[in-house]
Amino acid sequence: MKQQSPLSNQPLRSVVALVLLSACLLTACGESENNVQSGNRTGTLHWGNGTEPQSIDPHIATGVPEHHIIGALMEGLVLKDRDTLEAIPGIAETWHISDDARIYTFNLRSDARWSNGDVLNAHDFVWSWWRALQPRLGNSYAYMYFPIANAKDYYRGEIEKFSEVGVKALDDLTLEITLENPTPYFLQLLDHYSMFPVHQPTIEKFGDADERGTRWTYAGNLVSNGPFKLAEWEINRSVVVEKNSFYYASEKVKLNRVIFYPTENQTTEERMFRAGQLHYTNDVPIDKIETYRAAEDSALKITPYLGTYFYRINVSVPHLQDRQVRRALAMTIDRALITDKVLKAGQIPAYAMTPPNTLGYYPPATLSFDPAAARQLLADAGYPNGEGFPVTEILYNTNEAHRKVAVAIQQMWRKHLNIEVKLLNQEWKVYLDSESNGDYEISRAGWIGDYVDPNNFLDLFLCDSGNNRTGWCNREYDQLVLQQAPRAATHAERLAIFARAETILLDELPVLPIYTYTTKHLVKPSVKNLGSNILDQNYFRDIYLQQADN
Amino acid sequence: MVRFVLGRILQAVPVLLIVVSITFILVHSAPGGPFSADKAVPAEVLEALEAQYNLDQPLWQQYLSYLGDVLRGDLGPSFKYPGRSVNELIASGLPTTAELGFYAMLVAVVIGVIAGVIASMRPNTLQDYVPMSVAMIGICMPSFLLGPLLVLIFGIHLEWLPVSGWNQIPGDKILPAITLGTGYAAYIARLSRGGMLEVLSQDYIRTARAKGLSEFIIIGKHALRGGLIPVVAFLGPAFAGLLGGSFVVETIFQIPGLGRFYVQAAFNRDYTMILGTTVFFAALIIFFNLLSDILAIWLNPKLRQQVRGDAE
Repeated sequence: MKQQSPLSNQPLRSVVALVLLSACLLTACGESENNVQSGNRTGTLHWGNGTEPQSIDPHIATGVPEHHIIGALMEGLVLKDRDTLEAIPGIAETWHISDDARIYTFNLRSDARWSNGDVLNAHDFVWSWWRALQPRLGNSYAYMYFPIANAKDYYRGEIEKFSEVGVKALDDLTLEITLENPTPYFLQLLDHYSMFPVHQPTIEKFGDADERGTRWTYAGNLVSNGPFKLAEWEINRSVVVEKNSFYYASEKVKLNRVIFYPTENQTTEERMFRAGQLHYTNDVPIDKIETYRAAEDSALKITPYLGTYFYRINVSVPHLQDRQVRRALAMTIDRALITDKVLKAGQIPAYAMTPPNTLGYYPPATLSFDPAAARQLLADAGYPNGEGFPVTEILYNTNEAHRKVAVAIQQMWRKHLNIEVKLLNQEWKVYLDSESNGDYEISRAGWIGDYVDPNNFLDLFLCDSGNNRTGWCNREYDQLVLQQAPRAATHAERLAIFARAETILLDELPVLPIYTYTTKHLVKPSVKNLGSNILDQNYFRDIYLQQADN
Repeated sequence: MVRFVLGRILQAVPVLLIVVSITFILVHSAPGGPFSADKAVPAEVLEALEAQYNLDQPLWQQYLSYLGDVLRGDLGPSFKYPGRSVNELIASGLPTTAELGFYAMLVAVVIGVIAGVIASMRPNTLQDYVPMSVAMIGICMPSFLLGPLLVLIFGIHLEWLPVSGWNQIPGDKILPAITLGTGYAAYIARLSRGGMLEVLSQDYIRTARAKGLSEFIIIGKHALRGGLIPVVAFLGPAFAGLLGGSFVVETIFQIPGLGRFYVQAAFNRDYTMILGTTVFFAALIIFFNLLSDILAIWLNPKLRQQVRGDAE
């Protein structure tokens, strides 16, 4: 029996009313200011910061997101010019370098203060650097100190007294640093967060100086010396820093607050940018680049980056032991095709490990795209027209861009060398495990420089470097990078030694350089004074927001 | 009843022990460790780290000391966030996830029950087919598709709602709650339709109709109470499922909840965090199952008698 529906229309009406009410409310939401508009008005920068920071203790932290936050909170002896990367005064107002380039004397500014008003002096640096070299602290960047006389021996326990390390406070405002060898990039290191000073009383209040992970970095506890101080840190939500009135140049700092958002999901981050929730994104999804590039007044900002994308070759795999095979593989990668047609974000084809113009260094041009010569090399190695060449596997960590590059190279090798290549993707940690155990044949890799110097790229492939992972070892190469370069009399001589080392590397090819990275960000037009440099380094003390636009 | 509850709590102990043990074995046998990184970690640093987190001890010793800590309610320090304990991280993420779960459940119950009731009033007609087809689409549509779709329409295109965040911008809770709740709304719609159909064919409903009561009173006052029993039984496990399964929505909308910690912990091989959140979710599921059993017994006289009979 079918029933009539005498259901009074009352509930139906209520539902309709509710929907209309919600729609009104929603529309009202749309009319309110978004983050970018309110931020421009109040001087609050909304910054997409990649992943959630693990630690903001400068002597424990590693990683770019941490770098941004620590850079807002703390400051070292020097800063860098945001375009040229030349050292400019930071906590040190002036400095003097001895004629033999081994002794650096820094004159600290007298108005340097911690965020609680305490005076910051040269003894703070000595204590902080002592702390950074305590092995129990687990500082992954301890090696940044190794150019300093005896620092390495002290860290390894071969010297017991820290007074023997080349760091001395001559008086409250004078710090003298003695180096093991002349180190042209030493001033740059001083602007790396691992060399920033930390506030001794705060650290000792929350635990031992060399204790890892105490609560001194929590909001409310942290005392720092930079242009901003930590106001809030809610995990996975945001880190908020506010202007530090005790900062020596606080009247020049135009931003009142910076809010760092963890934005590990690039797609969400891009949507946040479009909806006006962010001024600046940490990255741009690869499939959105063309759309942004085509737009007028594009928000897309692409800058060359001090980093190389390359493939490691496991030289202990029998058919990859032959140098001619590795060379044939290197010469059949059409790098320009990969950067122009696959990645499309302005990457630069790389024919060497060190990016061009790294502190004035240009790597030797001994490698080129030459399929005919490559085929001959493969034939000479015993594989004419690729016959008998074992199926080779490219390992990469799961990621769409890595997959696209691997597929392109697979096609190129098939086309030019007639060899079969399999692709294997693994989850990040599994991939790291496979790579460091040598459980791979060819593996994707990338290296981003910590400082601008060829040494930072070439020491990867020293025989006992933990980052080598290819099984390749060449004593002459080690001798050049480890012994000769540090003792070079002039900068030009030092670069010439590096060029000799890199020639060996490019001759032996335990690695296949593919491209030089670029950084990609979306930036609202109101953000001014961003840095434009190969380290992608920004100084929040310089950035300001223009109110007129959004 | 007390004996029933106590019995169930006692049963939970071995279940949790098995969960801890299996998870412990699985996380420690997964390739890659918590401290492996792209840039090789120096041997001295690795040694210091392993000593700090007791990873230098034999596995069985690590297992026993972990069990001891768990019994004391201490889930250990997080490997990824130095200085933060797993307890602290769970406490920071739980309120957000619980709030998200609550709103999602609200969406699910309101939409689901209304759709189910409307469908049940005229079975096998268009009024039944339309809401049930929509429900079927809701069940089939994964949140990783629905979420971005809603964001594109209401966040980017219409600019009505924020596209991410939680409790940061007015209205930022609406899209995540709808995304997470829709799948469950669909289940609830089907369950309430089934429940209502059964109740509507009962004699007492016919009597109510014969008395000339309005359909609104019949449904609202007499039928709903009985018709929603299957929904109530579903709510407990569903809420636990919502809490445990919220990580996709939390990732899409950048919500600082527990689900995101869980997934990140697995990627980071943050052993203690994986173990802690797994144990916590296991305990939560056991608790909500127990709660829904108690509710079902309370609502259903037959079950109540059965429990009493067992006790005697």
